[in-house]
Amino acid sequence: MAVAVGRPSNEELRNLSLSGHVGFDSLPDQLVNKSTSQGFCFNILCVGETGIGKSTLMDTLFNTKFESDPATHNEPGVRLKARSYELQESNVRLKLTIVDTVGFGDQINKDDSYRPIVEYIDAQFEAYLQEELKIRRSLFSYHDSRVHACLYFIAPTGHSLKSLDLVTMKKLDSKVNIIPIIAKADTIAKNELHKFKSKIMSELVSNGVQIYQFPTDEETVAEINATMSVHLPFAVVGSTEEVKIGNKMAKARQYPWGVVQVENESHCDFVKLREMLIRVNMEDLREQTHTRHYELYRRCKLEEMGFEDTDPDSKPFSLQETYEAKRNEFLGELQKKEEEMRQMFVMRVKEKEAELKEAEKELHEKFDLLKRTHQEEKKKVEDKKKELEEEVSNFQKKKAAAQLLQSQAQQSGAQQTKKDKDKKNASFT
Amino acid sequence: MEPMRQSPSPCSSRPSSPRTLPCETLGYVGIDAVLDQLKIKAMKMGFEFNIMVVGQSGLGKSTMVNTLFKSKIWKSTALDLETPIPQTLKLQAVTHIIEEKGVKLKLTVTDTPGFGDQINNDKCWDPILGYINQQYEQYLQEEILITRQRHIPDTRVHCCVYFVPPTGHCLRPLDIEFLQRLSQTVNVVPVIARADSLTIEERESFRRRIQHNLRTHCIEVYPQKCFDEDINDRILNSKIRDRIPFAVVGADREHLVNGRCVLGRKTKWGIVEVENLAHCEFPLLRDLLIRSHLQDLKDVTHNVHYENYRVCRLNESHQLPRGPGWVNLTPTPGGPPATPQTSKLRQQAQDDSEDDEEC
Repeated sequence: MAVAVGRPSNEELRNLSLSGHVGFDSLPDQLVNKSTSQGFCFNILCVGETGIGKSTLMDTLFNTKFESDPATHNEPGVRLKARSYELQESNVRLKLTIVDTVGFGDQINKDDSYRPIVEYIDAQFEAYLQEELKIRRSLFSYHDSRVHACLYFIAPTGHSLKSLDLVTMKKLDSKVNIIPIIAKADTIAKNELHKFKSKIMSELVSNGVQIYQFPTDEETVAEINATMSVHLPFAVVGSTEEVKIGNKMAKARQYPWGVVQVENESHCDFVKLREMLIRVNMEDLREQTHTRHYELYRRCKLEEMGFEDTDPDSKPFSLQETYEAKRNEFLGELQKKEEEMRQMFVMRVKEKEAELKEAEKELHEKFDLLKRTHQEEKKKVEDKKKELEEEVSNFQKKKAAAQLLQSQAQQSGAQQTKKDKDKKNASFT
Repeated sequence: MEPMRQSPSPCSSRPSSPRTLPCETLGYVGIDAVLDQLKIKAMKMGFEFNIMVVGQSGLGKSTMVNTLFKSKIWKSTALDLETPIPQTLKLQAVTHIIEEKGVKLKLTVTDTPGFGDQINNDKCWDPILGYINQQYEQYLQEEILITRQRHIPDTRVHCCVYFVPPTGHCLRPLDIEFLQRLSQTVNVVPVIARADSLTIEERESFRRRIQHNLRTHCIEVYPQKCFDEDINDRILNSKIRDRIPFAVVGADREHLVNGRCVLGRKTKWGIVEVENLAHCEFPLLRDLLIRSHLQDLKDVTHNVHYENYRVCRLNESHQLPRGPGWVNLTPTPGGPPATPQTSKLRQQAQDDSEDDEEC
């Protein structure tokens, strides 16, 4: 319901001058207090070959011993291992999640190495998107697991980037803030390092890889960010062991020919990395992840699901209409399919019926044929029977006649013999 | 279908909070620098605050706003004999940008002239509720776009100050009706207007009766008891809740008292100093609204009231015929939209749709 509201347009916003202290300058503090009580989330993804020093660097960065066993080189595929820790410093609670790529670069066929990483990042975005799209959601108490920064560990070959590195970074640059670093930098001499760095940067630029740009629009941090960007990629050394230097203990790596101090800026860029990652730009990293990478993912995902903001006539569509249209379409298709199936069924039934009828007819015919043959046979048999009877009667007649003759003959014979006998007898007499 | 379940990593790819291990840092890392980063970012972006004042005409709303922000937000309305009393409730909003010590605040004040002035005040809260819901709707529309802005302009009403006329008895039926409906949609802070017409004892008894009325009718005004996060909050807020509604006096003229220049109302029997706690409770109101709870007001509006509105809206969207509405986008693509769960939700949705019936 549109309520008539007398509201001046935005151009008429005028700055008003205050005639006294109102007190809303405490607003940033109110905001910060709220955030401190909730705690912060920060998620780092470390991508690099096995043994390149990822876990050690994390330990050094956050000054803690995150327990983990070193990975073997026998992994069949790239696997991501995520672990969460809660760090507290003064009154700030940080929920830190470190994601490691286990088995990266160990396989013989590295075609699919980047895939688990991309899938993991997408999965975190998806989880957040699902939470955001729920009807009953609780975004303010949601544990944000989206990856805020990706530290890409480049092997210190001294020549150039490996093709695996280029391919992986290209796949990741639109999804996460990439900060490339050269690991185990104490194996490269200073002059080689300079050439190596410029080679890497030019390769990244020529391949169109978008690494994270430190923000230079805010005056307080612009200067420091600008000076630090020149040193990208940072050549870092990690160490959790402490060595006595001068009269204090410092983190360092001890070699027979010298000691590499981690926090010495002339030895390596570790301090710069820590400044940039944590002390200056942590909030910006989180913001970029949320406003750029996540929004891009969300837009792609929603467009994939078929939603649009405006139709070709540039009338704003509501998601409901699109959804209803899709639903109707889907239902229509279902109905069509149902019709088709029904028709097919009817057809089949008819066919079967016809078949059966034919079979029946055939059967009938056969039966008739059989009956006829049977009758014919019967007649034949009757005929034969009659013949036979005739024959029999003939025979009986003949037999009777023969018997008569025989009896006559016998009688006459008997008479003859009697006569003979009489004659004989008579002759005798 | 959550794709992370299909991810090849055998162990949980989504770290869950119960597994966080507390660690101690062995040295300074610099994590607390993030607080400064936050502050810088906030100051660069500036703050927004939207306040609405509701009450009958003549209770000193415009003067109060001017006193709160120490500037001429509104020209105090002097009742002309020619200007007619507005027949319908027409909300007026005015926006200013004020700056103090580098902190920029974009302040929007919405006034409601004509509230409760008619003879028949039935449903006079509807335009106000409609306006508040309209702001929520605007924000929801922006939030659900595919390509959305970096920073969605926030026009939602963060706080509604309700002016109770100083009758000295108890809350009137109009007050009770209005407070009941509004306290569920927005943070309401009731104040006793023109408190200089009541003595201190009358104020106290009036306040107790109002508190009793509020309790009887289950009206939760800001700061709501259910949102107290920890024991400190509860202690602080109970003290505030004890003094609600504040008895305030507004003034924008300055007078000389004992050599100091103070804001006050000059009468024949003395000068009522606005910022003197012994005279009226204006400083308490100002501290609550601006100095200590401004961010909290915004947070409660965003996390509670806006979310409630969103839930209702998304649940009822499939009951609406074809038209602007919102959809349940929980992960069942292609399936039928979910039906509203409880009857209570349906009741609330029906209330909302009644309010929006002229949409």
